[in-house]
Amino acid sequence: MTTAYTVTVLPEGTAFASAADRSVLHGMEQSCGRGIQVGCRSGGCGVCRITVLSGTYTTKRMSKAFVTEDDLRAGVVLSCRTYPTSDLTVQCAPKPAATAPLASAETPRPD
Amino acid sequence: MGMTGVLRPGHMQLKVLDLDEAVEFYSNVVGLVQTGRDAHRAYFKGWDERDHHSVILRDAGEAGMDFYGFKVASKADLDRLEKDLNNYGVTTERIPAGDLLETGERVRFEIPSGHQIELYAEKKDVGNGMGYTNPPPWSEAAERGIAPIRMDHALLYGPDIEKVQALFCDVLGFYLVEHIVLPDGETDLAIWLSCSTKAHDVAFVRNEEPGKLHHTAFLLESWEKVLRAADLMSMNKVSIDMGPTRHGVTRGTTIYAFDNSGNRFETFCGGYQSYPDWKPITWTWEEVGPAVFYHDRKLNEAFLSVYT
Repeated sequence: MTTAYTVTVLPEGTAFASAADRSVLHGMEQSCGRGIQVGCRSGGCGVCRITVLSGTYTTKRMSKAFVTEDDLRAGVVLSCRTYPTSDLTVQCAPKPAATAPLASAETPRPD
Repeated sequence: MGMTGVLRPGHMQLKVLDLDEAVEFYSNVVGLVQTGRDAHRAYFKGWDERDHHSVILRDAGEAGMDFYGFKVASKADLDRLEKDLNNYGVTTERIPAGDLLETGERVRFEIPSGHQIELYAEKKDVGNGMGYTNPPPWSEAAERGIAPIRMDHALLYGPDIEKVQALFCDVLGFYLVEHIVLPDGETDLAIWLSCSTKAHDVAFVRNEEPGKLHHTAFLLESWEKVLRAADLMSMNKVSIDMGPTRHGVTRGTTIYAFDNSGNRFETFCGGYQSYPDWKPITWTWEEVGPAVFYHDRKLNEAFLSVYT
């Protein structure tokens, strides 16, 4: 059986179980967890950026536009390219938000 | 002849996280045909494209688009359009022949949305592998991977799209096919432009951050081929963003998915044939959901926030 670790997402404190062979983001999606925004799931878009506050992990290649060497040292990673090797506590650190053209416009929902 | 000046989108250079992994993805999953390689780049085309390449992958350590190029009908058109751009106040730069494999001189310029756009007249005709006399209807390459017919169009994100529209329409000979209007009833959220009888050759969405890529689109022959693409995406664990579904805008059938660097691509079929004398179609803000995703009838969170 694959080892699973518990990932806790601050500030809400929502937690989900993530298998060791899956990325943190994949683990969240697979267990219907919440807390991290899902983007490209491929290390390129930056929306699933997190800071790991505690725990150990390995990473795969991700965009240097969103994760610099300094970021890596500070525990800032893209969750779609981060694989837990212990329980983790993380906080969302999305790429600096560009102001959407729609800030004032509520997106309509279907009837 | 109806088509002169700018003919069609001819190439896009994409930034990728790892060139070897991207080559594997575009060869075996997307099913493009690799036609060349230079120091930091790999060159591809759709199986039915005749020019040397349409998709260029560059090893960049990040995702995004370097430039988007349009083929023009002749060198005289290239010279004329460069002069027209300069007279319009656009600074252009000539990139020498051979900088891209098998490609002639290119005219590059930045548009108000922050994207690098190119025009060129010459690229080597390598054919689609089926010859120019008594050809068969398709080849083995037409069934390898998703196997798009061609690179079809792109959706780009950036500011000042009304200035982009003016430049494309007043200087480069494009026309507006459809647009989505924001709640003020005047400002466009998005515009779809054509230089041909396709429902779109390039589209833009208003976005504060300049120079961004929402997706590059690959043409498939049928809705069944779009469903086959969806199967292949799941068989290869490709990250799917949306679909299979239909767009209200252009009526095209579609899947949005991400390559293994996070660049969104579309497998697209259909869309109506358009003509420059047709009135543009307007989508109001109340109907932005079905305009973009006709069956879900709402935007997903990623549509406006995930781009490279």
